[in-house]
Amino acid sequence: MEISIAAEKLFSIGSLPITNALLIGVIVSAGLILFITAVTRKPESVPRGFQNLLEIIFEALLNLVESVTQDKKQAREFFPLVATIFLFVICANWAGLLPGLGTVGVLHGEADHQTIIPFLRSTSADLNFTLALSLMTVFIIQFTGIAALGIAKYGKKFFISPFHKPYGIGTLVGVLELVSEVGKTISFTFRLFGNVFAGEVLLTVMLHLVPFFLPLPFMFLEVFVGFIQAVVFSMLTLVFLKMATLEAEH
Amino acid sequence: MEVESAKLLGAALAMGLGALGPGIGLGILASKALEAIGRNPEAQGKVQTTMILAIAVTEAVAIYALVIALMILFA
Repeated sequence: MEISIAAEKLFSIGSLPITNALLIGVIVSAGLILFITAVTRKPESVPRGFQNLLEIIFEALLNLVESVTQDKKQAREFFPLVATIFLFVICANWAGLLPGLGTVGVLHGEADHQTIIPFLRSTSADLNFTLALSLMTVFIIQFTGIAALGIAKYGKKFFISPFHKPYGIGTLVGVLELVSEVGKTISFTFRLFGNVFAGEVLLTVMLHLVPFFLPLPFMFLEVFVGFIQAVVFSMLTLVFLKMATLEAEH
Repeated sequence: MEVESAKLLGAALAMGLGALGPGIGLGILASKALEAIGRNPEAQGKVQTTMILAIAVTEAVAIYALVIALMILFA
């Protein structure tokens, strides 16, 4: 029973190592792009079938975004990022639940100490992916704040001069806000990684103990957790975007 | 004490103690949310959405402890 925190390398293209999480990530994103472009190729006024399903999902997400931003125009601006994060993270989380998790793979190792490297590993269980996503998100939040307020006003939120009220404490609060931006990056990364990786470890252990009916409640838990983590990531992105475009209050 | 047993002890302590705080926090969260829904059943949608968000953020603290425990055990 091999559990490793880093995603295992399957093969290399030149000098770029291709891990199993990267492979699944590419497959999931290609699948999403192909599915959505195929469905919206000829949109009909009265949607049926898959187009109907997509419209339901998008409308629910748009209502969610509007309820947080309270501003229809801003909701339209924030919607692409939030919806993309939601759809990609939920598909990446659920891809780790397909049959073959941790079992179907490539054989490697010496003759008497062989283990397999599985093909299927959820993309979000790779720290590289969650770190990249959270770095991208936090940078986008900063840029959106600067675009909405202008760099001077946005900087005023973090660098409060100690000559106006509240003297001194204001500067400290500004520095704390800066540190909390870094904290947001770290917490985004580890929340998603920890939830999905722990779920995978749990499933692997359960399947090793009793392969037949016991893992079923844990699979339900994993489905639920995957959904909730996608919702939380996108909602938190949305809330931070909204807060970044607000003027600094006293 | 050998490294193996120290690892096992470390992982167990990390997860066990790290789940105390979030456990209590989640209980308080859920109870306040239920109270709010009981007082004002019309606001159920908003209260529920905010509660789910707060639950996930609180749970993240326990997940940090879990990540440390897993790192101690397996890396």
